[in-house]
Amino acid sequence: MPQPRRLIQGNEACAEGAIAAGARFFAGYPITPSTEIAEVLAVRLPQVGGHFMQMEDEIASIAAVIGASLAGIKALTATSGPGFSLMQENIGYAAMAQVPCVIIDVMRGGPSTGLPTEPSQGDVMQARWGTHGEHSIIALVPSSVRECFTLTVEAFNLAERFRSPVIVLSDACVGHMREAVELPTPDEVEVLERPQPGCDPDDAACRTPSADGIFPLPALGSAFAVHVTGLVYNLHSGAPATGDPNVAEGLGHYMREKIYHHRDEIVRVEELEMEDAEVAIFAYGSVARSAKAAMKWARAQGVKVGLIRPLTIWPFPTAAVEHMAEQVRTVIVPEMNLKQMSWEVQAAVAGRTRVVDYGRVDGKLIQPQEIEDLIKREFHYHHWEA
Amino acid sequence: MSPARRTATAITVDLTLCKACGICRALCPRDVFDTDERGYPIVARPADCTVCFACEWHCPDLAIEITYADAPRAAKAKAGGA
Amino acid sequence: MTALVDEGLLEHAPDDVRLPKVTLHGTSEIRDHLRSPKTLWCPGCSNGIVTRALIDAILSLKLDPRRTCIVAGIGCAGRITSYLDYSTVHTTHGRALAVATGAKAADPSMHVIVVMGDGDCAAIGGNHLIHAARRNIDLTAIVFNNSIYGMTGGQMSPTTFEGDNSTTSPYGNIEQAFDICELARAAGATFVARGTSWAYKQLVELFAGAIVHKGFAFVEAQAICPTYYGRQNRGADPTEMLRRQRDRSVPVAKYEPGAPRHHDSYPVGVLHHAERVEYTAAYAALQQRASKAAGE
Repeated sequence: MPQPRRLIQGNEACAEGAIAAGARFFAGYPITPSTEIAEVLAVRLPQVGGHFMQMEDEIASIAAVIGASLAGIKALTATSGPGFSLMQENIGYAAMAQVPCVIIDVMRGGPSTGLPTEPSQGDVMQARWGTHGEHSIIALVPSSVRECFTLTVEAFNLAERFRSPVIVLSDACVGHMREAVELPTPDEVEVLERPQPGCDPDDAACRTPSADGIFPLPALGSAFAVHVTGLVYNLHSGAPATGDPNVAEGLGHYMREKIYHHRDEIVRVEELEMEDAEVAIFAYGSVARSAKAAMKWARAQGVKVGLIRPLTIWPFPTAAVEHMAEQVRTVIVPEMNLKQMSWEVQAAVAGRTRVVDYGRVDGKLIQPQEIEDLIKREFHYHHWEA
Repeated sequence: MSPARRTATAITVDLTLCKACGICRALCPRDVFDTDERGYPIVARPADCTVCFACEWHCPDLAIEITYADAPRAAKAKAGGA
Repeated sequence: MTALVDEGLLEHAPDDVRLPKVTLHGTSEIRDHLRSPKTLWCPGCSNGIVTRALIDAILSLKLDPRRTCIVAGIGCAGRITSYLDYSTVHTTHGRALAVATGAKAADPSMHVIVVMGDGDCAAIGGNHLIHAARRNIDLTAIVFNNSIYGMTGGQMSPTTFEGDNSTTSPYGNIEQAFDICELARAAGATFVARGTSWAYKQLVELFAGAIVHKGFAFVEAQAICPTYYGRQNRGADPTEMLRRQRDRSVPVAKYEPGAPRHHDSYPVGVLHHAERVEYTAAYAALQQRASKAAGE
């Protein structure tokens, strides 16, 4: 039976998505424009037997999320730029120790205190490289209120399946907008769990990886007496092994491969009107809404423009962009930052396609008109007559 | 039960764990230990041990274990009083 | 007045500040709770003594080792996570109490013991100490306080005393040392104790009392670092350093009430014990209220 349509805010949809995914622990700290996620979960989590905590700072928040996740509960936090910066050390810990968790970053104007109430896309590179050391990460980018729900669910599933922190990069526009949506019903929501050992603690087979190549993660306080550390460690025993360069090399490669080997399953991209496109727009998050409108305007003029909209920004959708490069002569990359994803697009097209970047950092949304102007210039440049 | 009523039946020092810190020899109130040229303890006078456990508890490397029995007089008193 | 104690450990419940009776165990029994008895700690480092005391307390209380979780930070003390054969989490520097808070909130029936060094607890981790104490969450927080940063080679810590030498106070430390017990008490800890590596049996009793206490229990274990603190200050003979603990520690009943600790004189024993609703119990009640309200 279909759900009734609800007028719901993006942040609220993230919170409901977390609950639908089975999350039962939130620890966070108030920060605009993410605070509603905390406030909704403060009400909702205890209703469903879950636990909400407002911690003393963002560092404690992500630390508590890690502790709860290790104790066997799906856990998340929500923040914005300044808090996301504070969390980086522990996000790296979660990556290293392979702790499943979800971090929602509702991006705002930066750097530093910046524009607290205005959107930006300034944290997309930070989501990949914000923490020190060679590590892999997964980051998803919602463009709508419904996607705030569905991508938060997906974030949990990816976190649990691949034992990784997963970042949901929302922004002040998507997070605060309200849309009438029909949210998925509980039985429409697929929920994945982290791999568990299937045998006794004394049985060596318990430590073997799943079909995905992921090692089981028994909860703290179980018969398995796990050892979790941020030091370089032996994948089978969990024990620190900083004295053996082979272990460090192996672990580093394993961390990358466990995500990149499954890249095709992890990376999701929406392609609209790309079949015959001569020019593509590569856009994500709230900018994709304007890009879609611009694309529709172009098509109405008979101009062959398509849209590539990544839902997954990390790992970068290289395959989709490489494929696009074979086809289109130009790709327009509008972003609310100065060229952060444009660099990745340039690397992926490797000179086969012209990349036109367009950035704003004034906290104002990129309007469809601005992208239409870029399209006009593009076709005019190639002497196309209206 | 006062220490004088117990005697050590074995004073074991695991030299693979011992780091020759010298605490056992220095703390022992009965001078049970000597040390070798590298600083590792030698159980020289086990009969003097009063089973106070100072060495066992304060060995940072858990290298020492004392097993003990009641001294004959104490054992007899226990049996008599039962 | 009902003491808020862990139901499962009721037979050991302290009456006011009376501590649980403990039985001290032989080395073989202690080693059963270790993954490996061979440690990286320096010769004469008291970390091994304090570790033994903790295991002795756990054995005395007959805690289920499979339901016991150690969360530690970074530093020499943090390496305890490699040695103890329980669920162990070696976290980032200063953040052990926050990680432990999440773990305890997620699984309140698990025994969660937090092991920190003095820098880990009172420098980078100071804020988390304050708030864990304020929440009165049922954690047993133990500081291995050797007044130095050992792992990184002998820098000063917030518990290094005025005048002490360290590699970052080569002209003598000009900063005052924290009395971490006082800090914990002021922030809301409901069980605060100080013990020494010298007085072994007392340390075991204090650990047992802290574990049994249902609320935020804080124990400062005076430790010795011969290699870095000792060599830079007043001599590195470990036994001499232990004897100084004997000479400086004063039973709390004999110490001037309310007086601060000094470098060469400090109170030991249970310094503070109070009853206040414990965080996870209060949250469980909150969950009941929330579910009921949602159902209406």
